[in-house]
Amino acid sequence: MSLAALFFYLFAGVAVASAFMVIASRNPVHSVLFLILTFVNASGLFILIGAEYIAMLLIVVYVGAVAVLFLFVVMMLDVDFVELRQGFLQYLPVGVLIGMVFLAELVLVVGSWTFGAGVTGAVTSAAPGVSNAVAIGRVLYTDYVYFFQAAGFILLVAMIGAIVLTLRHKENVKRQSIPVQNARTKAMAIDVVKVPSGKGL
Amino acid sequence: MSSLLQDYLPVVIFIGVSAFIGLALLVAPFLVAFGRPDPEKMSAYECGFNAFDDARMKFDVRFYLVAILFIIFDLEVAFLFPWAITFGELGNFGFWSMMVFLAVLTIGFVYEWKKGALEWD
Repeated sequence: MSLAALFFYLFAGVAVASAFMVIASRNPVHSVLFLILTFVNASGLFILIGAEYIAMLLIVVYVGAVAVLFLFVVMMLDVDFVELRQGFLQYLPVGVLIGMVFLAELVLVVGSWTFGAGVTGAVTSAAPGVSNAVAIGRVLYTDYVYFFQAAGFILLVAMIGAIVLTLRHKENVKRQSIPVQNARTKAMAIDVVKVPSGKGL
Repeated sequence: MSSLLQDYLPVVIFIGVSAFIGLALLVAPFLVAFGRPDPEKMSAYECGFNAFDDARMKFDVRFYLVAILFIIFDLEVAFLFPWAITFGELGNFGFWSMMVFLAVLTIGFVYEWKKGALEWD
């Protein structure tokens, strides 16, 4: 068994095991940590088939950002550990049934699969000695410019949507305003008052 | 083994070394540390009080907004990497298509700034 095959079985085995632990572990925070482990192993699998750019994206985007989001979602649930232990794996039969249906469909689809004539040429690397990020960069910004700009607009919509949905400012909060601070003069800040003796203000 | 995988050999060695050190630091205290627990030592210490309630409170929803805004700029940077390494061969059109992309996201950034989404209260 070659070293690459050894690493394939290592990554695939850990990925499947940690994916199972995502649904089996009782504490949702542990589930998210197992999800991160699954992503890391999937990224290892991508490296093994030579897709370095996708592997690094998986680390940066999924592990760095999406996992943080999942963690926040989990934190926002009220984590009640006593209640969590009761419903442990009670949905397993239904889940296994659905999984079996999907597996059967996959076997039916993949089993009758035949590759077209041009496919094998299309899925391999563009030219030997060209790394994947370079191959993506050569076409993404010029040939596929509309998809690229569409991605930009989707990100813009996501940004505005997130702000509109979740931004609530508290009333009566004193905020710092730099221009107002800088525009303050001595006359605005200090008021010298001549107080007559014995009268007060 | 292809040359691409050989490039990753140092990464594997690093992961192995860090896993070894991490495991050693986790396991060594069980083997060598001196421990004589008693109930007073193991009891909760919170400024002299017993704990009032569970420390696992709900998070403020504003953390969520910060994380989403982070992800969006994270993805923007992901688009910048292939552009940067093919910069020399892209030509004018590739350069300006990225500038338009960045301008669209800058509109969002200005909106976010003006709306006060980067401020806490």
